[in-house]
Amino acid sequence: MARIIELLSPTPPGWGGTLLVGLLHSVEIAAGAFGLGLVIGICGAYGKLYGGPVVRDLLAVYTTIVRAVPELVLILLLYYAGTDLINQLLTAMGYQRIDISGLVAGIAVLGFVQGAYSTEVMRGAILAIPQGQIEAARAYGMSPGLLLRRITLPAMLPFAIPGLANLWLIATKDTALLAVVGFFELTLATRQAAGVTKAYLTFFLAAGVIYLLLTLVSNLIIGRIELRARRGMPSLKEAR
Amino acid sequence: MAGEAIIINVARASLWLQPHRIVLILIALALVLAAAFFMRWDWLPQYYEMALVGIWRTLWILAVTCTLGFLLAVPLGLAQAAGPFWLAAPAKAFCTVIRGTPLLLQLWLLYYGLGSLFPQYPWIRESWMWPYLRQAWPYGVLALTLSFAGYEGEVMRGAFAGVPKGQLEAARAFGMSRWKILRRIWLPQAFYRALPTLTGETVLQLKSTPLVATISVIDIFAVSSKVRQSTFLTYEPLLLLALIYMAITGILVFALGKIEARIPNKIG
Repeated sequence: MARIIELLSPTPPGWGGTLLVGLLHSVEIAAGAFGLGLVIGICGAYGKLYGGPVVRDLLAVYTTIVRAVPELVLILLLYYAGTDLINQLLTAMGYQRIDISGLVAGIAVLGFVQGAYSTEVMRGAILAIPQGQIEAARAYGMSPGLLLRRITLPAMLPFAIPGLANLWLIATKDTALLAVVGFFELTLATRQAAGVTKAYLTFFLAAGVIYLLLTLVSNLIIGRIELRARRGMPSLKEAR
Repeated sequence: MAGEAIIINVARASLWLQPHRIVLILIALALVLAAAFFMRWDWLPQYYEMALVGIWRTLWILAVTCTLGFLLAVPLGLAQAAGPFWLAAPAKAFCTVIRGTPLLLQLWLLYYGLGSLFPQYPWIRESWMWPYLRQAWPYGVLALTLSFAGYEGEVMRGAFAGVPKGQLEAARAFGMSRWKILRRIWLPQAFYRALPTLTGETVLQLKSTPLVATISVIDIFAVSSKVRQSTFLTYEPLLLLALIYMAITGILVFALGKIEARIPNKIG
């Protein structure tokens, strides 16, 4: 028992600090990817609902492919292809090659994956808004940007939150996949700590507890947000 | 009759095949042809047998873990929907833990954690299980099975709870035993309810199988990594891999959709 505490202590003889740095990176990537996914999702949902036939077909291809191919394969493909493409563009334009940081690449890749799921969630949520609200806003002469900001986004939020909450939890867990491409986040930190100290069970269980706490805390916060977004609407129990 | 059906089919096809779609399909074809001609595929003859073995192993892992996971999910769902507290609480805790931690971590916990624990006990090393416990695939199958059971257990809980009370009361009024009610009434109806989500979960499970490559099980993902290492090609094996997974997903969705269509749709 004393040995476990010693191993997990946050100061250097223990590896707790390493795990916490890993956790910080995991949360950073998850938050960045989730945010990027939201932006892609809103654009994608608008494209699918109001776009021309070509845009709609291309978005259908995007969401279908991303949802049919394992995240791990997409991460490898986008990680190599993305950095390669950017560097080739830069050299073609006469600039120096750059090293893309793991953080940016991880956020971009996971965000691209999240965007596909988010598109579907947002599309459903926008469709769930009573049509009259959007028509009324148009009748007031609101510009599309104002309509999006004042009517569509706030009105779809209660419908989108359950799906988005799920996506956030998936994002936190998908960051673990970046360990396979060698990005230093919680799972890779755990594996390194376990490999050095040979205390595999201790460290993997500790990381499991950390992930679980992250999920449970997220659930609490999401519950609060949902309560606030649904204010003024009948509670879920009554609605059923 | 047949003529009418053909006309309707042709009309549907022409509706789907609008001019912009033809252009998009032509562009996609051009991209595929460009990939076939300008990328290197000369490694294919050398590795395709290995790839077939890899695909077979992926499918095998998928089938075994989905079946075992579902068998485990039924008692998990039942315990949560109708069990007494001392059964419902552990089942709920199991589902929460499985769904709250990354699968990769669970897999590594089992493989490295348990794998480092077992050799310390001589009686395990002398038992008949040792030849299996020394390999990687039992850990992969175990982790994927538990993961599927965790996610599907939650689905089955909802499905069991969603079966109308009247059905169960009627069965009891007929004098059926509790086991018979479960077998004839409760489980089939819960299964029908869970089937649409089961399709999605199966596809998600397929997308989780490449993780076993990280513990040295040679599935199709590991084969593609091997090709990348020995030929120094980055894109070709990965693109082909993505195509293979898309094909498997397509077949799965199609096949499970067929099964779903055979189920009576008026339930409850």
